Parts: sequence; structure tokens; C-alpha cells
Amino acid sequence: MTFLDVRGLTVRTAEGRVLVDDLSFSVAGGERLGLIGESGSGKSLTTLAVLGLLPSGMTATGSVELAGTQIVGATERALTSVRGRDAAVVFQEPLTALDPLMRVGRQIAEPLARRRGLRGAALRDAVGDMLAQVRLPEPERVSRAFPHEISGGQRQRVALAMALACDPGLLIADEPTTALDVSVQAEMLDLLDSLVRERGMAVIFVSHDLAVVARVTDRALVMKDGRAVETGTVHDLVRSPRAEYTKSLVAGARRLEAALDLRSPR
Amino acid sequence: MIPADTLEAARPEGAPQGGRRARVSATLVVGSVLAGLIALLAVVSLFWLPYPADDTSGGRLAGPGGGHLLGTDKLGRDLFTQVMTGSRIAVEAGLGSVLIAATIGIALGVLAAFAQGWFDDTLSAFLDILIAFPTLLLAMLIVAARSATLGSAVLAIGLAQSAVVARLARILVKRVLTQDYITAARISGTSWPRIVLGHVLPNIWPTLVVNLALQFGLAVLAEAGLSYLGLGAPPPNASWGRMLQEAQATFTTAPAGALAPGVLLVLLVVGVNLVADGLRETLDPATGRRRS
Repeated sequence: MTFLDVRGLTVRTAEGRVLVDDLSFSVAGGERLGLIGESGSGKSLTTLAVLGLLPSGMTATGSVELAGTQIVGATERALTSVRGRDAAVVFQEPLTALDPLMRVGRQIAEPLARRRGLRGAALRDAVGDMLAQVRLPEPERVSRAFPHEISGGQRQRVALAMALACDPGLLIADEPTTALDVSVQAEMLDLLDSLVRERGMAVIFVSHDLAVVARVTDRALVMKDGRAVETGTVHDLVRSPRAEYTKSLVAGARRLEAALDLRSPR
Repeated sequence: MIPADTLEAARPEGAPQGGRRARVSATLVVGSVLAGLIALLAVVSLFWLPYPADDTSGGRLAGPGGGHLLGTDKLGRDLFTQVMTGSRIAVEAGLGSVLIAATIGIALGVLAAFAQGWFDDTLSAFLDILIAFPTLLLAMLIVAARSATLGSAVLAIGLAQSAVVARLARILVKRVLTQDYITAARISGTSWPRIVLGHVLPNIWPTLVVNLALQFGLAVLAEAGLSYLGLGAPPPNASWGRMLQEAQATFTTAPAGALAPGVLLVLLVVGVNLVADGLRETLDPATGRRRS
């Protein structure tokens, strides 16, 4: 069953410049799709358009159907009930994803209170539970900490906990590991993988890194300059890329892998 | 009217905030002591004054000493009494103006940040005109419409400053609104009023407080200026500005009449500006990190 269906999505700036051009794809319930492309290719805008969260001045045309609700042209009120319940986002930058002046526990409590109607002791337990689920050590301490008092990797786990707290049908991960150390990156990917599997959530995983996408998703859409260049299973994309751009991506990933292999013989 | 460094001090949202537990800066202490002294003088003047405001028993232009700590003015009124009353009026002018500027300015700034299209343009243009409009002219208009009282002066200064605060608040709010945690809050289903109260205002507050402290100093100076021109508090309430004006003619023979209010004015404004600087150091993560 199709959970997200995007048909002919076009995003324009106020001046009329086209940033996402006639993009179509769909994600079935529980399916994982990778969005690959360099910065400026429109992948992040696409994810924002899915939630009706485009920056002011930008307009979307075409059709975005999320769990049966048409997002393009929907009222703010209608969008509020869809956001979080049907789709939530983990952002790229752990520094800006959390309010620097609000304790971590309260930030996780916000979606739990709004989306699940929890209060008091039940809310506190749920916050602790979410922190434990994203495997943060000392949930008590982290819950009372301000974002600057915990590490980047921990902040990103908190952001993941906030997104999962909404219990969405679709999790959009917008380069969630790009700002992290390589070792922390791997842990984060494994965590995301297992949590999403447990819940049977659909995932859109946005990245410029083919290797990272290959690790999480089965199918990928390659974007360049706002257009879909190529789509297919990650396996096929890596084995036999057709578009020139995909070829260069694969070659780049191969070169990096070769360099890594030389350094750390397995 | 916004000093360029206020904007630079704006805390980059999301940056680690090392300042919270950093030690209190020396600037803040010195500034607080200076401003505190004047505030103390103002508070005491509410309950006790050496002489009644219209007491002229001291003789004209008496030097310091005798029964009069700073001497008397050309009408024989005690200077220290006047200076104390003046400090009360200065503090009242500062607080009143900043209160008006903060209330109107922040409300207008938040509104402007959310405004779209023509409404945004109109509001911005209106603020720019209000900022360009001379405070003095505004004060004269308000005095003409009402009367020359402290209230009129404070209203004029507060209105003029609210435009400055509004423009700063608009920029700060706009920047916070682009942050991912605002988007995350919207995804969480948090309503706009809750987002403004819970996320936006706390995050623009540090920068605003520094600016409001600076505005306090500017308001004190503006009030002195208006009183000097006779647009402030009417006699017998002595304002530092009017004392300066009255002592002008006799400055060479009896300098105390001009020096006393002048020095206190400088102390208060410097003190408040030091407090603003100290707050900036304490609240700015960049300097906070350097110290910790």
C-alpha cells in the first residue's frame, strides 16, 4: 500500500526560480527510500514539501499525498494534524535541531504531550522510555541537561527520540549523520535501522553519501538540480548506473572505499 | 540608533551556551555598583530629602560646605536636594521609557517577523520612518498635545525607542524562526503562540536584554536633553537636564551647580552601559567559551 505518493512536485521561489522540477516517487508503508544528491539538488526541499513546511515565499505545485491526505494547498490546520502523526523529521545539524535554552527532557516531552496527550508522571516515564530507546546512557542526567551539555551524537539521538515520540508512519531522516564523526555515524545508522525496523516505519533517508544510503535503504532516487536523474534499487544503482551523474557518484564512493581498504586491511 | 556591536553580540542560536555558569564579569560588577549608587540615591529621595524642594534659606550661590553639601543654586535652593530628586527622575525616565519600548517594541517586532507580503513591507517602512523621525520633534509634538511633564517626555522617548527595539526584535525572531528546532516544534504539533512563548522569546531574550540596557542609558540622556530644553519634568521637580540649563549662566562663578548633575549623569549612563557590556559578556557564548 502506498503511504506517500508524490506526483509532479515542483517547488518555486517567490521569484519563480524552479528548485524542484516535476519530481515523482512513492514510498509504500514500511518501505525505505534513499534520496541522493549533492547540496542544492533539492532533496531537503522535497522532504519539507512533503510536510508542507516550505520556507515562506516558496510554493509547491503538483501532488503530495501523505497517508491519504493531500499536502499541496492544504490549510495549516489540516497540516498540523498530519505532521508528526504521519511523518516526522530528523534534521542534519544536531546543533540547531534542539532549542539551546530548553532542557532535553522538556523538548522530548513536547511531542509526547501534543501527540499522545500524556501528562504528569506518565509523561515523565514516557520521556525516560524514549531516551532509553535511543540508547542514551544516564537518561536521568541527559533529560535534565541543556543541549550544549551533551555531545553531538547524543543530541542527534535526542532529535531522533523527538521524531519517534510522534510515532509517525514515515520517518524522514535529512542527512542525520553528516555532522557526526565516522564512528558515531555508524552507531547512529544502526540505531536508526533497528528502531525503524521494530516499528515497521517507512523511511526517506536523505544523503549525499551513496555508501550511507546503501547501508540503510533498499531503493534510491538520485537527484540533481531539482530533477530525478535515476531511480532503482541501491544494488542496481551501484552495479550498473545508467545516468552520468550516478556513475560519478558510484566512482567517487568506490575511490573512497579503496582508500579506506588500503588503510585498514580486513 | 542600534549600536552595531549589539547585533554582533546576538547569540548564534544553537551554539553552546557557556555563559550560564561562567563567573560574573568585572564589567558587570562595576556597572552595577555605579548604577546602583544612583538608584540608591533615587530610592532614598522618595523618603528623605535634606531640604524641601522650594527651600531658599541657604542664600544664593553658596559654595559647598556649611549646611549644604554641594552648595546652593542661584535661587538659594540646596543642590544636593536637587541632585537627589534629579536622580529619581532620571531612573524613572529610564525605566519608564524602556518599559514602553520593550512592550510595544517586542510585540511589534514579533508581529512584523510573522507578517507576510505587503503587511511586512508597510510595517518595516513605518518602523524606518519612526526611527528616522527625530526624538526631539516627537517630544515637542507630544508636549504640545499634552503638557510639559515627565510623562510626556517618557512617552516620547519610549515611543521613539520602541521602533528601534521592534526592528531588532523582528530580525532576531526571523532568524530564530528559520532554526530546525522551530520546524521540529511545528512537527510536534506545538501551536504558534506556544512556539513564540516557549522557543522564540527565550532565545531572543539575551540579545534583547543587552539592547534594552543600552536603551536605558540613552533614555536617561534623552530625558536630560528634553529637560534642558524645558520639555521635561516641570519645576519644582529638579531634573539633571534643567539643573544644567539653570547653572549655565553661573558656571564660571559657581561650577558645582553644573558639575554635580553632570557627573551623576555620566556615572549613571556609564554604569548602565557597563551593565549592558557585562550582560553581553555573560550571555554571549563566544566570550563564555573563551573564559571557561
